[in-house]
Amino acid sequence: MTTQTTTPKTPDTPAPGSPTGLIGIPAPLGRALATGGGALTVLSTFLAWTWTDAFPGDLTVYGYPGGLQVLVLIAGALTTLLGLASYGVKGLRWLVPAGADAALKFAALGAFATTWYTVIAISAQLGGVVNLEPGGYLAAAVTLIALLGALALPFERPEPDPFDPDDTGWDKARHRAAQNWATVKAALAGTTPRPRKPLPTWAEILVIVAVLALALTVFTYGIGTEYDELFVGFLITAGLGFTALHRTGLITHISELTARHQNTTVFGAFLAAALFPFTQTDDQYATIGVYILIFATVALGLNIVVGLAGLLDLGYVAFLGVGAYAASLVSGSPSSPFDVHFPFWAAVLVGAAASLVFGVLIGAPTLRLRGDYLAIVTLGFGEIFRITANNLDGTSGPDVTNGSNGIAGIPDLKILGFDFGTPHDIAGFTIGRFANYFFLMLLITAVVVLVFRRSGDSRIGRAWVAIREDETAALAMGINGFRVKLIAFAVGASLAGLAGTVQAHVTYTVTPEQYLFAGTTPPNSAFLLAAVVLGGMGTIGGPLLGAALLFLIPNKLQFLGDYQLFAFGVALVLLMRFRPEGLIPNRRRQLEFHEEADAPAALGKTGA
Amino acid sequence: MTTTATTTGQTVLDARGVTMRFGGLTAVRGVDLTVRSGEIVGLIGPNGAGKTTFFNCLTGLYTPTEGEVRYKDTVLPPTSYKVTAAGIARTFQNIRLFANMTVLENVLVGRHTRTKEGFWSAVLRGPGFHKAEAASRARATELLEFVGLAAKADHLARNLPYGEQRKLEIARALASEPGLLLLDEPTAGMNPQETRATEELVFAIRDQGIAVLVIEHDMRFIFNLCDRVAVLVQGEKLIEGDSATVQGDERVVAAYLGEPLENDPGAAEAAEVEAAEAHADTPHDTAAGKENDR
Ligand SMILES: Nc1ncnc2c1ncn2[C@@H]1O[C@H](COP(=O)(O)OP(=O)(O)OP(=O)(O)O)[C@@H](O)[C@H]1O
Ligand SMILES: [Mg+2]
Repeated sequence: MTTQTTTPKTPDTPAPGSPTGLIGIPAPLGRALATGGGALTVLSTFLAWTWTDAFPGDLTVYGYPGGLQVLVLIAGALTTLLGLASYGVKGLRWLVPAGADAALKFAALGAFATTWYTVIAISAQLGGVVNLEPGGYLAAAVTLIALLGALALPFERPEPDPFDPDDTGWDKARHRAAQNWATVKAALAGTTPRPRKPLPTWAEILVIVAVLALALTVFTYGIGTEYDELFVGFLITAGLGFTALHRTGLITHISELTARHQNTTVFGAFLAAALFPFTQTDDQYATIGVYILIFATVALGLNIVVGLAGLLDLGYVAFLGVGAYAASLVSGSPSSPFDVHFPFWAAVLVGAAASLVFGVLIGAPTLRLRGDYLAIVTLGFGEIFRITANNLDGTSGPDVTNGSNGIAGIPDLKILGFDFGTPHDIAGFTIGRFANYFFLMLLITAVVVLVFRRSGDSRIGRAWVAIREDETAALAMGINGFRVKLIAFAVGASLAGLAGTVQAHVTYTVTPEQYLFAGTTPPNSAFLLAAVVLGGMGTIGGPLLGAALLFLIPNKLQFLGDYQLFAFGVALVLLMRFRPEGLIPNRRRQLEFHEEADAPAALGKTGA
Repeated sequence: MTTTATTTGQTVLDARGVTMRFGGLTAVRGVDLTVRSGEIVGLIGPNGAGKTTFFNCLTGLYTPTEGEVRYKDTVLPPTSYKVTAAGIARTFQNIRLFANMTVLENVLVGRHTRTKEGFWSAVLRGPGFHKAEAASRARATELLEFVGLAAKADHLARNLPYGEQRKLEIARALASEPGLLLLDEPTAGMNPQETRATEELVFAIRDQGIAVLVIEHDMRFIFNLCDRVAVLVQGEKLIEGDSATVQGDERVVAAYLGEPLENDPGAAEAAEVEAAEAHADTPHDTAAGKENDR
């Protein structure tokens, strides 16, 4: 027995100064394996993976990748490219301004996860691995090899902090787990990208156009996935692929570009969104598109209230409801007690104004409350709206809303002779009913984006953020807190009401059950808030992305069934634990120049 | 710039019999204080004397239990934002910046009371909006240059070092174009050079015609700076006068040290400084007086 040293060692602690990978393969070999594995992955997607077309997506054909194979092909190609770039191949350096290694790990992980998910899904669905063709085995093997190779790439290990010798066994185990976790995190962490070479303006705009086209393609693909497995595969590939691109530093460069050309980007994004109906052959996916857009627009309105002004509103969907009810009551619907048929522009004004009044009525007494109290009161008001709408049916109260049957048979809109209810042929494409509403809703979204951007970047927007950051200091800077908060509340309410007026026409029927606090179908208050938090508070892209995901996931993954809300809850907890700033962090966070150097905290003294 | 040096003598702040009770505790008891334009007035006192509470009463964060506060002959309402609009700006003892806003944005928030653009103006963006926004930015940049933070305009406030956070708070307060600036321990946590720079800054502010009322534990700073010093002890004003009067008053020394002293107070102070230096790692020059509130 040799002498026991007091310095504790974790089994895989390397000698300091020589960076190694997570796996004990020599780095050059690992790099070769990752790159070669990526290339073979691409090849394997051209082989048959299974013998029967009982598994959806045509995985039985040689020489032609189908369904999930396409996703694996993309992930494999990305792995190969990043592998080549990590060798410093000329002409690929622009791809990896922040280094290729961390990105390579994510790309390989993406290829691996998608492939293995496919292989396991085939085996599980068809009953056993015998249903795999050699192509399937090959794909599984080469993606595993590529992943192992990528994980062998060296990285900067964090300083291990020594054990406390007095720790109990449990403490030691926890300590070790924390250390291992820190090591894994360091292995996957990115570095700051090297500064961007300036391009001529036209080239920068071309890059933005290309990025938008790519985004439209990815979104259209996701919305058009026809079976559960393909959508899950899409989420895996898109999520990990995006992370890989993020690690290359490319995303950072692109967001710098979009920040430089903000107006172009916003305009281009709307153009890309407007092209979406033209990519569809029937109205089926335009339906999903318009519902996503309604959800996203309302979430963006909520982001003014929650993200900018920091007011936690748990009853926001009520404002959508007020707008929808107001518009339906004046729409000429047979179940409306008012026998009027307003033109759309007037209905929009009525809807937005009704929401505004409702917002001020709720806001005026409640906005004097801070924090949790406001959340509880708004939650209560949201429910009061729904129950009132339910009771104004002629028996429990005056007949206004037709009770739980709601206002039905809302006629389609006709604006300047354009009938939204019938398909139209535009440039050889047939644009159906939902696509028509998609365009109208896109206009409303544009209004909300405009209001968000312009008000956010102005005296009033700064006052909102100041109130959110430190209400006492904001008051001491001369901001009338109550007034400013009431404006945020009223603006948010009117924008939701605006969206509600379109929603009423899209859904034909307005019932109280569409405006729950929490339910399985968005939009409801809980999902709206989740879309904001998931996407990123205080941003424009965040709620749009969050709403798209939160709409598509329950819509596409029918097999989740009753577990949908449970899965949603778990996902949200995990997100808050690992990425509290949301998928798209606020611009202000990107401005952190000295992230590593601990910012001096203000004195922890109480009292103003 | 704002006004040129106004005629000294006009009363800017007139606090009469300000009393603040928290339940059974009387934190401030019948304090009278006036500040005239062109003056720098110091407010000192041991920890817990009620200095910050007095500031909070002046700026409307607290509603005084008794007494009234006048600013240039108008009685101030006890509402924080109205006080600022009237012309009193302040900084906080425990820095209260808008941490996730940039340095420039912090100062722009300070311009709130001096600009008018509302929600519709922001959404419609007429020529008036752009003009006002540009003017605000120009003024804010000017103020950042004045305190020496122009190079860091785009940094997040929370990433600034401590001393610069205090400077930024001053710039933010100045942005509201006050006639009176209240500083609550502006040099707490600063090294001697930074303290000296702050001294210069306060003089420069005074030279712009802004009256200054400053709380500080650094006696050297206070006696260098102030035309008049008031001493608060257990919520009551003990004495008020010029530096020499206050420094020579036995009751002040007694209040700080807790017991009456018969021998020369200067010697006691020197002994205390020596003791403090023995404890400190970095030797710094004669930091006279008490600086215990960091
Ligand atoms: N909101 C409050 N509620 C109750 N008591 C308070 C409150 N604010 C201050 N006090 C009390 O009033 C007294 C005066 O406090 P204050 O903060 O004004 O002292 P100070 O002179 O500023 O001291 P320091 O030099 O430490 O800053 C203290 O006893 C404090 O505990
Ligand atoms: Mg104090």
